[in-house]
Amino acid sequence: MTPRQRTSILSLRRIGALILRYWYLLLGSWPRFVELAYWPTVQMILWGFISQFFYTHSSWVVQAFGVLLAAVLLWDTLFRAELGFSVSFLEEMWSRNLGQLFVTPLRPYELVLALMGMSMIRTLIGVLPAMLLAIPLYHFSIFELGLPLITFFVNLMVSGWVVGLIVISLILRNGLGAESLAWLLIFAVAPISGIYYPVDVLPGWLQPIAWALPTSHVFEGMRAVLIDGVFRADLFWNAVGLNVLYLVIGTAVFLYVFRVARRRGLLLQIGE
Amino acid sequence: MEAMTHSSGRRPAIRVRGLHKRFDEVKAVDGIDFDVAYGSVVALLGGNGAGKTTTLSMLLGLLLPTDGSIEVLGQDMLQDRYPVLGRINFSSPYVELPYRLSVEQNLLVYARLYGVPQARARVRQLARELDFGALLGRRTGSLSSGQKTRVALAKALVNEPELLLLDEPTASLDPDTADWVRSYLEEYCRRMGATVLLASHNMAEVERLCDQVMMMRAGRIVDRGTPGALIRRYGRRNLEEVFLDIARGRNGGHEPEAARLPEDPTHGGEIDGAAP
Repeated sequence: MTPRQRTSILSLRRIGALILRYWYLLLGSWPRFVELAYWPTVQMILWGFISQFFYTHSSWVVQAFGVLLAAVLLWDTLFRAELGFSVSFLEEMWSRNLGQLFVTPLRPYELVLALMGMSMIRTLIGVLPAMLLAIPLYHFSIFELGLPLITFFVNLMVSGWVVGLIVISLILRNGLGAESLAWLLIFAVAPISGIYYPVDVLPGWLQPIAWALPTSHVFEGMRAVLIDGVFRADLFWNAVGLNVLYLVIGTAVFLYVFRVARRRGLLLQIGE
Repeated sequence: MEAMTHSSGRRPAIRVRGLHKRFDEVKAVDGIDFDVAYGSVVALLGGNGAGKTTTLSMLLGLLLPTDGSIEVLGQDMLQDRYPVLGRINFSSPYVELPYRLSVEQNLLVYARLYGVPQARARVRQLARELDFGALLGRRTGSLSSGQKTRVALAKALVNEPELLLLDEPTASLDPDTADWVRSYLEEYCRRMGATVLLASHNMAEVERLCDQVMMMRAGRIVDRGTPGALIRRYGRRNLEEVFLDIARGRNGGHEPEAARLPEDPTHGGEIDGAAP
């Protein structure tokens, strides 16, 4: 008989096992692998040429050249973070594997942590080539942002995970009919996140909503660094605070929906 | 109630009391009680919609009951199921392993989820024992139904479980392979002292493997006993005929005395009662 093993409440081995699974899935499909880098690269090229056009036609956009490219690359960080999180969860739904996973000692929050880990890996694979390619193509290196870049990157990753938590909660509750939310929901925050223009461009009534999003603080902070050459600690801490708040709410929502799924028998029924 | 099904007086491997599951107005499981003794092989039988899968899902913690209690390997599954999940496992042909991973990758992931030491060696060992070493590098989605069943069985055994919950363990297998799998399960139970609760539609398999049978209909256990005792009680030649009698309501349509747990702890391993 197998000796009794103490089951830890948080196991890096179980989290690692799931990350390994998603890595295998990624390696097993070259189109998915290429797709990770495809869109950021296409976006970077498109917006790079737009920036070049502005560069030759307006003195104002001399400053905006780097701002637009940085905004595109950081927006894609947010998008990839959310997509990497949600798609890894969708892999379980597509293969009707949730039931198998949750008869193991895997906790739901360990699944969430594994999704975050995989989201980080997918995002780096996705955006790093575009960031590097921008250097020879446009002589623009986002890495010149220095340490602030790390704060922007981390905050946007967390924001992506928050949106991802909402997406997977809705998919778990409503089934695969809601899977397109993984690609759609993130775009709902794009117009009010001040990605390509300052928040004060928005109508007055919309600005409080924009400031309630951590992403707005990140993109305003990015412009402060690129245009004014200052790192706005107030914007950074606002983004951190909002991210922590929403992450706690998002996790609570997911755990609640997971319990509903156990009550309704959704873990075994969900599939294509 | 302190009903025991093990003459040693040890608490049963599975103890279920007053278990109900309702989906809106539908009573999927309607107040069942049963014990499964350590080291025994027990079948949960019934037609489609009888409540077998719902019961197994509740035992595994995938589904929350509306009412009742579940104790598995001494652990209250509704309070905290995690200490026991590493000691049990499950297999069903209706819950497949991800198609795009190779057989070895799938099994490695599960070995790690269960915290199996030397995971790769354990996977290779299972592949040898279950005779699918040549399939380790193949994508799971490219396997035949029979090959998938064997791989699913390997997944169910990867953590050397003390308790196995099996849903149709030999579905889709040819008679020769099915017989081999049954022999393997018998040998595994003997070697590990494991307990098995299985749902099956193959009555010959149940007669061969199981010490006890519980018959379900419309969410209730309508009869129970050893395969031999049930066959004698219904005056039939085999368990298949008994199954048909019960599924078609020829047992009087009510829960006979035998369907209830014995009150007497000295009742021992048998859960037989008077003929209906």
